[in-house]
Amino acid sequence: MSDLWQAFYDWFDAILDFMPEPNLGQWIEDFVDWLQNADFVFDGIRGGVAAITNSFNFTFGLIPPILFILILTVLGYMLIRKSGKYGLPILIFFGLLFIESIGYWDDLILTLSLVLTATLISVILGIPVGIWMGKNDLVKNIVTPILDFMQTMPAFVYLIPSVAFFSIGIVPGVIASVIFAMPPVVRLTNLGIRQVPAEMIEASEAFGSTSGQKLFKVQLPMAKVTIMAGINQTIMLALSMVVIAAMIGTDGIGRQVYYAVGRNDMAMGFEAGISLVILAIILDRITQALNPENRK
Amino acid sequence: MAKIEVRNLSKIFGKRPKPALEMLREKHSKEEILKQTGLTVGVNRATFDVHEAEVFVIMGLSGSGKSTLVRLLNRLIDPTEGQIQIDGDDLAKMDDNSLREVRRKKMSMVFQKFGLFPFRTILANVEYGLEVQGIEKEERQKKALSALELVGLNGYEHQFPDQLSGGMQQRVGLARALANDPTVLLMDEAFSALDPLIRKDMQDELLDLQAKMQKTIIFITHDLDEALRIGDRIMIMKDGAVVQIGTPEDILMHPADDYVRRFVEDVDRSKVYTAEHIMVRPETVNIEKDGTRVALQRMRDAGISSIYCVNRSRELQGIVHAADIAEAVKRDERDVTPYLHRDVPTCAPETSMHDLFHMTSTSNVPIAVVGENDKLVGIVIRSKILAALSGEEVNTIE
Repeated sequence: MSDLWQAFYDWFDAILDFMPEPNLGQWIEDFVDWLQNADFVFDGIRGGVAAITNSFNFTFGLIPPILFILILTVLGYMLIRKSGKYGLPILIFFGLLFIESIGYWDDLILTLSLVLTATLISVILGIPVGIWMGKNDLVKNIVTPILDFMQTMPAFVYLIPSVAFFSIGIVPGVIASVIFAMPPVVRLTNLGIRQVPAEMIEASEAFGSTSGQKLFKVQLPMAKVTIMAGINQTIMLALSMVVIAAMIGTDGIGRQVYYAVGRNDMAMGFEAGISLVILAIILDRITQALNPENRK
Repeated sequence: MAKIEVRNLSKIFGKRPKPALEMLREKHSKEEILKQTGLTVGVNRATFDVHEAEVFVIMGLSGSGKSTLVRLLNRLIDPTEGQIQIDGDDLAKMDDNSLREVRRKKMSMVFQKFGLFPFRTILANVEYGLEVQGIEKEERQKKALSALELVGLNGYEHQFPDQLSGGMQQRVGLARALANDPTVLLMDEAFSALDPLIRKDMQDELLDLQAKMQKTIIFITHDLDEALRIGDRIMIMKDGAVVQIGTPEDILMHPADDYVRRFVEDVDRSKVYTAEHIMVRPETVNIEKDGTRVALQRMRDAGISSIYCVNRSRELQGIVHAADIAEAVKRDERDVTPYLHRDVPTCAPETSMHDLFHMTSTSNVPIAVVGENDKLVGIVIRSKILAALSGEEVNTIE
């Protein structure tokens, strides 16, 4: 009996010897190296992303903190005027005042700029892809596994190719955030388009709409609520990623958290952490209040 | 020439429909085709004409292919085979641009669940068909407002669909379809989602509108009562095929097969039949010629207790009762005139059976059916009404 097993093992070994050893890591590295030949493309992207982030940061930086806080508070009040949920303007006012008073204002502005840039890029890329998925089953079948991959891959891993292409600093942080944060807006745009009741599509076609009219006059307005939910999730994911991106030299509140961990500084860690929590809640509530479905 | 001519129109659902089309030509059934090819037959070689300005009702149970058929007519579903001629142009062969023009100018559709856009106001909903044509805002608002007025919804234009009741929402659907002034209206179970009372109001209103507008209306329903109420002609479908096309009377009185007969069995006949359908030829006495003895003899022969009296030109004079006449015979009087009761229940040949119920329940003599020039054309007796209600044969009207 044991002879038989031995024979089986030998046979199995022979097959393994014959097969080439898969060296996935090496292949990906080679591929990334090869991609770097297209340096001019990445230079262009780097310039563009840096320009958007810096213009956000510069504009916000011009406004004195107290004025900024007041503007946001009034904005928050206007959003909730109909629903009467006064928590939002109160949260904005005291939350931001707290961050300013513990000295994290500049970091906050930068983090906000990073999140807005990453979200903007995600939305500009993600909504058209989502619409395409919603209209075409083949595209959906191809894109869905890619989205699964983007979301399940540990977020840290994106930092490596980002550094390879865009070196360190703000830009690779934004790029990694876009990759990590884009899937929800794509998925929910697709879902929103597919959820439009068949009778409404028929109505729009029966009155002689072109497919563009159908999209902009019926499908997108109907999908708006779902797409807004996707944008809300994208903002939250982008925020979590710009913190992780501190590991590759992206500035902002994330940097403070990263320092605090390195120095085992509990005071600093919690100050920075709570500032992030406040920013996250404010961003979440504002985008939810923007959603027409939640305004009633 | 007919407004819409449909010839051998078929729809097979599924890829590679060729073998199923072959089998349809060889008159195989829907089940056989499904079993052998795995393909579903939506519509099976339908051929029919729709005339200008008529209400053409397509009726069938769910799964009979009626909803598919109406969607083939404006190509929301592309036909597998066959022709759809509208004003002489074959819709089935049209390219996208011409098809869009037909949908914008000639045909509108009203949907079962209304198909209104919830994010648009009522006015903006009604404007939709004009908006996609690129008509100026002012003009399309004017047209939309007059369409809303037509269906009695002025004043609601700035509300949203979810603020309106079902009946009102369907009026909006109707107004939207009328706004671009089409010649053909496709109505897919348009009133089926409404309460019975509202539905009846909407049917009446549609008929009123139709009297004014004279559109060609193709109306889909699964409800025979509705079909009989509003249809000028009715087409009955089963398993995707046309079973019978005819006027409401044709369908009721000469069902083409058992399927149609079963359909018709449940119908509320009282709304369809008139006095003319159920009247019988009366025994009469000519008061200018016949005397009491003849009158009594006729009543005895027919086994009746009263008899209607007419003059030479068959104009209704009144009724006499057997008891009175028997007395007169005993006294040897000849003339029946003194015993004539002139106050008799009468109705016109067009009186509906529904109204006759009421009359027979309050009268103990048969109802006289009086035609032109007071001529007695027949009588309605209670047993005949009941027989007609239970589905027995009735008179054919030429």
